[in-house]
Amino acid sequence: MKKTTLLIAAFVVGITSAAWSQQKPAVDPAKVDAMVKKAFPGAPEDWAPRLSQDETMKVCSATGNSPPKAQADAIMKRERASIEYPADGKFVGDWKKGEALAQNGYGMRFTDYPPARATGGNCYACHQISAKELSYGTLGPSLQQYGKLRDFKEAEAKILYEKIYNSHATIPCSNMPRFGSNKILTIDQIKDAVALLMDPESPINK
Amino acid sequence: MQALFSMLIVAACAMFATANTVSAQDAETEKAIEKYRAMLREDPWSNPGLLDADRGEALWKTARGPSKASLEKCDLGKGPGIVDGAFAELPRYFDDAKQVMDVEARLLWCMEKLQGFTRADVVKRIHPGGGAPVKELGAIATWIANKSSGMKFAAKFDKPQEKEVVAVGDNLFHRRSGPFDFSCSTCHAAEGLRIRLQGLPFLENKEAAKKVVGEWPAYRVSSTHVMTMQHRMYDCYWQMRMPELEMGSDVSVALIAYLTKNAEGGEINAPGLKR
Ligand code: HEC
Ligand code: HEC
Repeated sequence: MKKTTLLIAAFVVGITSAAWSQQKPAVDPAKVDAMVKKAFPGAPEDWAPRLSQDETMKVCSATGNSPPKAQADAIMKRERASIEYPADGKFVGDWKKGEALAQNGYGMRFTDYPPARATGGNCYACHQISAKELSYGTLGPSLQQYGKLRDFKEAEAKILYEKIYNSHATIPCSNMPRFGSNKILTIDQIKDAVALLMDPESPINK
Repeated sequence: MQALFSMLIVAACAMFATANTVSAQDAETEKAIEKYRAMLREDPWSNPGLLDADRGEALWKTARGPSKASLEKCDLGKGPGIVDGAFAELPRYFDDAKQVMDVEARLLWCMEKLQGFTRADVVKRIHPGGGAPVKELGAIATWIANKSSGMKFAAKFDKPQEKEVVAVGDNLFHRRSGPFDFSCSTCHAAEGLRIRLQGLPFLENKEAAKKVVGEWPAYRVSSTHVMTMQHRMYDCYWQMRMPELEMGSDVSVALIAYLTKNAEGGEINAPGLKR
């Protein structure tokens, strides 16, 4: 299952990146960076990093999210290395908190500055999760019955934790935010999100 | 007319109220907006955005600013004072400013040079909050766009400076940044996707771009005011968790140039009507 996904991904990567670079007119990245710095003049000082790109963002942007194999491998390796694990070794938190987190879209916008409460995960913006919630987006795959489909295996909870912590560790240039590595969510919040999907008691698995 | 319009607003507001019935209400809202659009075609004067266009026309002709001058000598690209069809050929390179400008950047320039306004003052809080009417510059832009309604986007983008700006806009459209790693293409690079229930137009696609870009500036039912394209860029960067985008910046002009290039040949229908 996993292997096929990766194979397909590698295949798609191969064609689209070649087509991509062919049709793009050359633009000097330094010039674009300078423009971006000028276009957001009121940015708070601690937001300065938002105006530039890290290595992964640079490669994903330049290749239309389809990096050639060597770069894709480098991204997965680098992003995996940034994952921090729970000190207690447990991956499953509280699914009720996880549901609230998945609903909550608060945080990190300039209208949320300085932050008044904890940042949400906003998972429903992109994923179908609980069958009860009809207001869900489709940028990501449906996560209904996520744990049940995986027999609630412990190893799956770890894989899921890593997915939420850093989506690029498995799918380079994923469109899903790197919630842990980019310090959007805390380790405990990520465990709660894992519980929403993996806990047999969570309504999404009923 | 009025009744139908209130119905539309009620439907739009109800949409945000309860999650469980959202789908049905969302469909209701779409239906109400579609019905309203059909009425607009029969009676174009029923679009509330046209009140702002009227206000914009009056503002264009009024002597204002430290220089107590009107904008009637403003050159939108077809010669001083020529408004008919000017929007259809924007963005374009202006020799006097040595820059590519969209309609709003050009208005900002004219307000500075002809009327003596200070750029920094004008761009401060330039976008209206929900419920508040579009600001002066936006109202004038709405009128100018309306004066190209029914025409097709025909910006040439043949000068080297114009070509470069479109290429930069393309680059920016795919440039991932911020804590969520978002780029415009995160949300607008495929057909039929949604964030929660909000449909996301596939703006890289020429047909999809042709359908929506010509509707800006647009009257937005959910915030009950006209929103300009510069405001739309600002709002999408807000969603991207980026800082406040400066109105008239090279970044916003480049993105608008890129979108307009994608919409080449599409019909202008401004002010449009948006959810
Ligand atoms: C901006 C959109 C976006 C948001 C917000 C988002 N995701 Fe995702 N998610 C995606 C995309 C796109 C994918 C597919 C690519 C991938 O697997 O990385 C994905 C994949 C996943 C997968 C893998 C599914 C599978 O079948 O392998 C899981 C699990 C997941 N997301 C959970 C979450 C959780 C939990 C949250 C909230 C904390 C969340 N996502 C927020 C876009 C998003
Ligand atoms: C996180 C998601 C997201 C990102 C990233 C994003 N947008 Fe949007 N965009 C939206 C949503 C949602 C709407 C529709 C808003 C509404 O219906 O009120 C929208 C609407 C638009 C529209 C109007 C489309 C129409 O229907 O007429 C344009 C143009 C646009 N975006 C351009 C951009 C550009 C350019 C960028 C990058 C600078 C961008 N967007 C980034 C979510 C996003």
